[in-house]
Amino acid sequence: MASNPEHRDLFPGALEVMILQSLRLKPMHGYALVKHIKQVSDDLLQVEEGSLYPALQRMLKEGWLDAQTGISAKGRPTRIYRLTDAGVRHLEKEVVSVEKMFAGITRVLAVAKI
Amino acid sequence: MQWFAKFFSRRRRYEDISISIQEHIDERTDELMADGIPRKQAEQAARREFGNVGLVEESSREVWQWPALESILADFKFAFRRLGKSPGFAATVLLTLAIGVGANTVVFSVVNGVLLKPLRYPDSERLVSLWLNAPGAGGLANFSNGLQLSTSMYFTFLEHNRTFQSMGIWTPSNASVTGVGEPEQVPSEVISDGVLQTLDVPPAAGRWFAQADQDPHGAKTVMLSYGYWQRRFGEDRNVIGRVIQVDAQSREIVGIMPRGFRLVDRDFDLLVPLAPDRAHQILAGFGFSGIARLKPGISIGQADADIARLISVWMDSYSNGPGTNPHFYERWRISPGFRSLKQQVIGSIGGVLWVVMATVGLVMLIVCTNVANLLLVRAESRHQELSIRAALGASRMRIARELLIESVSLGLMGGVIAVVVAVAGLRLLIAFGPTNLPRLSEISLDGRSLGFTLALSVLSGLLFGCISALRYARTQSSATMGTTTRTASTSRARQRSSNVLVTAQVSMALVLLVSAVLMIRTFAALRNVEPGFADPEHVQTMHIWIPDLLISDPLTATHVQNNIVDKLAAIPGVTSVGFAGAVPMEYNDPNWDGIRVEGKIYEGGEPPLRLFNFVSPAYFNAMGTRLVAGRDFTWTDLYDLRLKVIVSENLAQESWGSAVAAIGKRLRQFDNSPWQEVIGVVEDVRMHGVDEKAPAIVYWPAMLNDPYTPKPTIDAPRFVTYAIHSDRAGTESFLKQVQQAVWSVNASLPLASVNTMQELYSQSLARTSFTLVMLAIAGTMALSLSLIGIYGVISYAVSQRTREMGIRLALGAQKGALRWMFVRSALMLTAVGIVIGLGAAAALMRLMKTLLFGISPLDPLTFVAVPVILATAAALASYLPARRAAGIDPVEALRAE
Repeated sequence: MASNPEHRDLFPGALEVMILQSLRLKPMHGYALVKHIKQVSDDLLQVEEGSLYPALQRMLKEGWLDAQTGISAKGRPTRIYRLTDAGVRHLEKEVVSVEKMFAGITRVLAVAKI
Repeated sequence: MQWFAKFFSRRRRYEDISISIQEHIDERTDELMADGIPRKQAEQAARREFGNVGLVEESSREVWQWPALESILADFKFAFRRLGKSPGFAATVLLTLAIGVGANTVVFSVVNGVLLKPLRYPDSERLVSLWLNAPGAGGLANFSNGLQLSTSMYFTFLEHNRTFQSMGIWTPSNASVTGVGEPEQVPSEVISDGVLQTLDVPPAAGRWFAQADQDPHGAKTVMLSYGYWQRRFGEDRNVIGRVIQVDAQSREIVGIMPRGFRLVDRDFDLLVPLAPDRAHQILAGFGFSGIARLKPGISIGQADADIARLISVWMDSYSNGPGTNPHFYERWRISPGFRSLKQQVIGSIGGVLWVVMATVGLVMLIVCTNVANLLLVRAESRHQELSIRAALGASRMRIARELLIESVSLGLMGGVIAVVVAVAGLRLLIAFGPTNLPRLSEISLDGRSLGFTLALSVLSGLLFGCISALRYARTQSSATMGTTTRTASTSRARQRSSNVLVTAQVSMALVLLVSAVLMIRTFAALRNVEPGFADPEHVQTMHIWIPDLLISDPLTATHVQNNIVDKLAAIPGVTSVGFAGAVPMEYNDPNWDGIRVEGKIYEGGEPPLRLFNFVSPAYFNAMGTRLVAGRDFTWTDLYDLRLKVIVSENLAQESWGSAVAAIGKRLRQFDNSPWQEVIGVVEDVRMHGVDEKAPAIVYWPAMLNDPYTPKPTIDAPRFVTYAIHSDRAGTESFLKQVQQAVWSVNASLPLASVNTMQELYSQSLARTSFTLVMLAIAGTMALSLSLIGIYGVISYAVSQRTREMGIRLALGAQKGALRWMFVRSALMLTAVGIVIGLGAAAALMRLMKTLLFGISPLDPLTFVAVPVILATAAALASYLPARRAAGIDPVEALRAE
């Protein structure tokens, strides 16, 4: 369920960054997002549905996303999520900080190995 | 508008979420089906993978909400809807709560108005009552006033104190007002300079008394109360400067005090300046109450120390005349025991009020346990619902919160109704409450009382709610979902909670009943006390004052008094008439002084003080005070100034061994006074109320030679109370005739304080009867609530065990044995409750000791009778449902499911 410890977010905001990055490629509906992230990360990352939908709503509220009525691949009605300009700006800012953080973590890990 | 738009857009958001999630699951199902899994299993797998749809939807929605508040609001809505579904339950609970909270609000308002609120004077915490302790002064220093001040003390304290910002003395009086309509006797206060300055309440019109008004030879002035100004002068502002006749003395009206102003604890109509002649002061004359305003930062202890050193200054500065020893008063051991003015006003009522407050608080606890029990039964019926919700992922907190919200909303609704109950209750209390309750006029349902109601409602809601919340929030989903009523007779845990509650109820009810019964026994003991008068409802009393300025000659005054007696005696239906300086239970002692019995040597040369009363012939007869030995006064005794006295039985016994032995013996007031012969002995009279010991009394004839003047001077008491014995006492037509009779003698004499002895007697019992009524109400409520509790618990147990009873009956159980089984379980609970309650009562009743009279706080009769009554009532309350259990038809019971 929601708090399954095996599938925790790596750090706060990681899920959001991944969603934003995925939607930057193309607008998608919820299920497509899950599949996309799973595929792209070669099954390393699995998005929790329990976190995905509340996260989407949070980002809608922040104005980073936009939801539109759409049709899924199978022709059923759904909602398609799209990045807004504000979303793009936020993503760029976040990506920088994520990269910095990764660089930092990599260095620490490198030192620890010696 | 914006809120509206937001609300609708939110609706759309919620829909979006549902659609998105639904599509998500559908798509996953499709995928799984594409892998060759049948639709049904695919759907199940997709849902399982997704997780808790409801929870995800809810947490997604919460992004758009103010989550905590909204879900609480939803809980409230749910609670109200559920209450609406069971109006019977809701009505029972709300009514119980409303009465419980209402009663508490009423009593709290009284406690608040009387005990908690500061007095209505600016900086009232700096006001002190100048209370003097004087253990050697006998009856002159009593429980309600200590030793009062004399005017010479006033001058000494005023001139030499270092701790007072201002001080003053006053004495209550009655004033005859003539020249404004019918002659009228009104309550007045004779006040010294400094009293108004100390209380610091500015006049509504005109000015305060000033120094000049205190001059015995200066202009004569008077001030009015707001009420009197309204009543007599129709709020005419031009009344300032007008002259009225007060006790046949012309006085100019100089000011009007504002509405609601009371002189400490007294309502008055007139304020008259006390104008003591500075040049002619003696030590004695202890008849004044004193107040002072302390300088900022001065404590009462410092003021005590300051005045303590002035007692000897006072004795050095004044005397009681040539040949007297001014340091005689050292024997009285006078010392200041100043107390806050508030404490003085509240007097002894504080203890009573706190006891009553504790009592209704206990009733509230019983109310809470009853409601908690009802809620437990209700939660039991929701057990499956709660289990399912727990299984669906509702957290303990979530369920506990919902149960608490339900109980708190019950509490709040009960509180709202309670305010209505309280308003009605307060009106009732003020209308029928004891008239001698201090600060009665200041009692109201103010913000603080309402705050108390709110807090009590919420707290009691939390209290009775948390019992079921604690029980059910722990619900183990798996344990209860499978079981149905078929296999389980009753939930043992729930039954245990109910049992604990009922036991608590019984023990609290026992405590209340014991206190109520102790009060009833106290009241009975007081009623059994011989008060020293008889047939009180047929004894009419009234004050008549003959001012010096109206009739200056004492002999003429006595003739007027005698004529009034004759006229009154001529009224049809009057059996006897007399008058006295004071009648019992009016709390105005005519005098106290030392009495020397012939042949007795007194330690230190000073005899003990005795209460003096001045009586006319036939007074004892009218009052119904028995003559134990000897004879009554005759008018000849009075007019011939014969040296005769009558004494009370206890004084006769103390001085001469018996009433009969007293006749013919002699006593006198001072060493140089002539001996007075005892001609009669009357039974003891409880002058200061039935619960106070009867004082030793010397009855002087109502006309005599003044013992305080060096030359023989005739003196007659001018302020007397008539006692008229008649079957028509208290009726309108009778009072008219009485008034006519008095006015036929002298039309300028007003009647005042017209009462029957029964009224005075009841007033002296007012504190006890007030406590009694309050405790009896509380005790009755407690008894009925706990009986309802017992009935409910047994009733519920019976309904839960119908099937079991059916089986037992089918197997041949005796009906009597089944009935006894239930009654026994009720009696077990009651017994445990009684044991706990007896322990608590024994501990708590010690606190009530001061309210009791003639019985011990551990009165054995009470402590045996109350448990027996309670157990009997509990047996009855459980017998009714038990009979139902035994009446079950086994076939019906086993068939039904």
